[in-house]
Amino acid sequence: MNPLTLSAVELGRAIREGRTTAVEAMRAVLEQVEEKESSLNCYITLDKEEALERAQEVQKGIEAGRLLGPLAGVPMAVKDNLCTKGIRTTCASRMLGCFVPPYSADAVLGLERAGAVLVGKTNLDEFAMGSTTETSFYGPTHNPWNPDHVPGGSSGGSAAAVAAGECFFALGSDTGGSVRQPAAHCGVVGMKPTYGRVSRYGLVAYASSLDQVGPICRNVEDCAAVLELIAGAVPASDSTYVGSRVGQEQPWTGFPAGEGHRVASGGLSASLKRDVKGMRIGLPGDYLGEGLDGEVRDALLGAAELLREEGAVVEDFELGLAEYAVPAYYTVACAEASSNLERFDGIKYGYRAGNGGGDLHRMYKKTRSEGFGAEVKRRIMLGGFVLSSGYYGAYYLKALKVKAMIKGAFDKAFSRYDCILGPVAPSPAPRLGESLKDPLKMYLGDAYTVSVNLAGLPAVSVPCGTSRTGLPIGLQLIGDCFQERKLLQVAYTYEQCRKIRESAPDSVRREGCGKG
Amino acid sequence: MAKEYETVIGLEVHVELATETKIFCGCSTAFGDRPNSHTCPICLGMPGTLPVLNRKVLEYAVSVGLAVNCSILRFCRFDRKNYFYPDNPQNYQISQLYLPICRDGYVEIELPGKPKENAGVQEPSSARTKRIGIHEIHMEEDAGKLTHDEESDCTLVDYNRAGVPLIEIVSRPDMSTAQEVIAYLEKLRRIIQYLGASDCKLQEGSMRADVNLSVRERGTEKLGTRTEMKNLCSFRAVTKAIESERARQIALLEAGERVVQETRRWDEGRECSYSMRTKEDASDYRYFPDPDLAPVRISEEYLERIRAKQPEFDWEKRRRYREEYGLPEYDIGIITDSRQMAELFEAVTALGSEPKKVSNWLMGETLRLLKEKGMDPEEIRFSPEHLAKLIALAEHKRITSAVAKEIFEVMFTEDVDPEEYMTEKGLGMVGGQDAMRSAAQKAIRENPRSVQDYLGGKEKAIGYLVGQAMKATGGRADPIGLRSLLQELLQQKVDEA
Repeated sequence: MNPLTLSAVELGRAIREGRTTAVEAMRAVLEQVEEKESSLNCYITLDKEEALERAQEVQKGIEAGRLLGPLAGVPMAVKDNLCTKGIRTTCASRMLGCFVPPYSADAVLGLERAGAVLVGKTNLDEFAMGSTTETSFYGPTHNPWNPDHVPGGSSGGSAAAVAAGECFFALGSDTGGSVRQPAAHCGVVGMKPTYGRVSRYGLVAYASSLDQVGPICRNVEDCAAVLELIAGAVPASDSTYVGSRVGQEQPWTGFPAGEGHRVASGGLSASLKRDVKGMRIGLPGDYLGEGLDGEVRDALLGAAELLREEGAVVEDFELGLAEYAVPAYYTVACAEASSNLERFDGIKYGYRAGNGGGDLHRMYKKTRSEGFGAEVKRRIMLGGFVLSSGYYGAYYLKALKVKAMIKGAFDKAFSRYDCILGPVAPSPAPRLGESLKDPLKMYLGDAYTVSVNLAGLPAVSVPCGTSRTGLPIGLQLIGDCFQERKLLQVAYTYEQCRKIRESAPDSVRREGCGKG
Repeated sequence: MAKEYETVIGLEVHVELATETKIFCGCSTAFGDRPNSHTCPICLGMPGTLPVLNRKVLEYAVSVGLAVNCSILRFCRFDRKNYFYPDNPQNYQISQLYLPICRDGYVEIELPGKPKENAGVQEPSSARTKRIGIHEIHMEEDAGKLTHDEESDCTLVDYNRAGVPLIEIVSRPDMSTAQEVIAYLEKLRRIIQYLGASDCKLQEGSMRADVNLSVRERGTEKLGTRTEMKNLCSFRAVTKAIESERARQIALLEAGERVVQETRRWDEGRECSYSMRTKEDASDYRYFPDPDLAPVRISEEYLERIRAKQPEFDWEKRRRYREEYGLPEYDIGIITDSRQMAELFEAVTALGSEPKKVSNWLMGETLRLLKEKGMDPEEIRFSPEHLAKLIALAEHKRITSAVAKEIFEVMFTEDVDPEEYMTEKGLGMVGGQDAMRSAAQKAIRENPRSVQDYLGGKEKAIGYLVGQAMKATGGRADPIGLRSLLQELLQQKVDEA
């Protein structure tokens, strides 16, 4: 059998049932890497020998009955801003070109304990700052659908690797859309969980109050399976959700809250239902107006129609405040980034430029000037400015107020809707080099994703069509805090029904895809 | 005509909290170990790591805040103070600026004033009290230590101190003399030591005081330009620095010059200060709420729990000791100066020993030995039971007071049971008439000269004979009994003659 035709969950099952092995799966992935890496550049660090050794080790564990989880033996890629013990973690920056962390990110640990096998570390925009994976010190990643186009970003390496079969699923991080947008541009599923759902420990911080680790997968079911292994209570970090809250839906099943280890029960992915009957879905008019590509709008409206036919109530509404999201996001994110990135100074680890003739501050300046790329420097300067004395109130505090108001607007929306349907990006993936010429345009391209991070909400991007030029288009479903189960159910229903319709005769297409 | 100036002083006091582990990670706070042996990815500021607040730090900060009459904020946060310097691995210090844990408190300090006429013996009425306002208390992390290695011409960093928890207590500018400053620091030290929140040693840096000082012409309202003095490692240095800075500022004003707002460093050896940085080159710290740490919400129940755990403080003990034990004011002052001493006093007294006797042992021998061995009251090892026993042994004349002191010294270091030790070493008092008599007779026989002197009317000469007789018993006889026995024997000689 060719493992590459399987999803991650299917592959896991095939390995458990002995139809294939972790090693065979890894070999298949490495063949893809061999064939495509030179044109795509998905990975920054990949050691084939070590990847195979890891697969062999896991295969032994599976055969010994120690690794029973749904993803045991499945090859995965990890964005190179998630720390991996003993494996170089660069953040796509010259600054960390030789940084080997002595610890792994909690999300990576969760997957490794369940038997997922690391292929390598994927490319990204430097320190996750960018929307195209072009600001990487290690060169841009190309879109597997068309190498003249970007894969999106910042988790472009992860999304492209999943789309190109260079892994079965990947981890990304999403601060302003960095999982959802590249997933949309590469035709795969990407999810940003609720802020705090997944531990940020070991994720090199860009903007602490917005960052969240998320899965990038071939389908929604895989996404649920990965989420289950990376979500949960980890006592080591302060901004991870540890239990149910009053007034909230039961947060999770499948593993007990408060335990450091994860029980691989497959609860969430196994319980996915194809059912949206009676669900109320809001379609914000503010997201469909000026700036949105016609093809994307059409694909989105098509998706809305499909969900309606499946029994959901899809309603137009005005979310409000949409035009303030991008400025508020860049203010908050850059402010936090300017402080988070202060630790890269040439003293303790990472890049160091000479010794500045013995002058400490000259050494700092030289190291940071040479170690960081232009986009990172732009954001550090912007962040330093909005936090500086005299401007803090006018910019940073004002942005926090906008953030709170945006959360309020979503709260209001979720009092009426189970989820919100919108675009991920204004257009399909741009051509390489286009965005670097006009950073402001690139920033505005984040308009539909950043408000989700500002409000801390979960959202998932699901493929919903292709453009005339053959590039994928994605839609975004946004849920209320800690409502991942419901959100994934809508995403799953849409994905399944679209698949059935595309392979079914006209009559089925008109009447919906039947009982869930 | 010379102008008269008054000094306005406010203090920023940093106190290192006595937690086992650091404020945001599990590393030990132990002092003096190999450089960088108490570090982990978190306190080394490595990428991707996240801080988690140590609960004990919050508890100590709240307990200190309550003890100094502060209001405790029900919602507080940590902020980042950004500055580039290698002592802080993240290049920002996690502190509290916008919403510190405690605000608006005060302490009452006692100052020796002019004695009141007709002052009662019991009332410490010669003292006057003054209220010193506390602006705020906040929690923060300590920084690492830089050492310049001359040999290699390198600066070395030790991050063992990085992340050790501190509270900073910021007073209002309510003090005007060095004496008040010392009284305020002593007051804080006692409160914090009573809480067990820190050992508050200026010399070792577990308490650090920065003095903000300005002068103004007496009678004027407007505050003068202040300076901040750092590196004050003893009460003496605090006093000297205040005197010196006051004189320096007055001299500037008298010469028609301005005082520059600046931070100055005290040089203890040369007893003078020099400018570290002026306000103009102060950096912009770009403070903002730390997005890695959840805000702290404090419930009424939590506060109640801390309140219930607060100890009886020294001023409360002093009042009670006056009423319950009737001890002299001097004794009370010394005993309540440290919680360990006060608790030892109470424990021994509770075992039935007479309070004044206990107090004598603590103020006398105990303090002497502590001082001699360079120890703190917290390091006292002997049990209250043993001291009570020792007092009883002396009380019942089973040992002489000299032997009691001898045993105490052993008890102080090894916490031996005084009774067992006495038996084991044969230190019990020689009470048998025969033994006493033979010792006395021996002294008379061997010291005819002194006998002669005594008989010749030099009554003092008997002292020597008592001493000699005591020596013959190995110091274990009751000296009063021995004296009367000698008197009796010598009288017999007179009678015989």
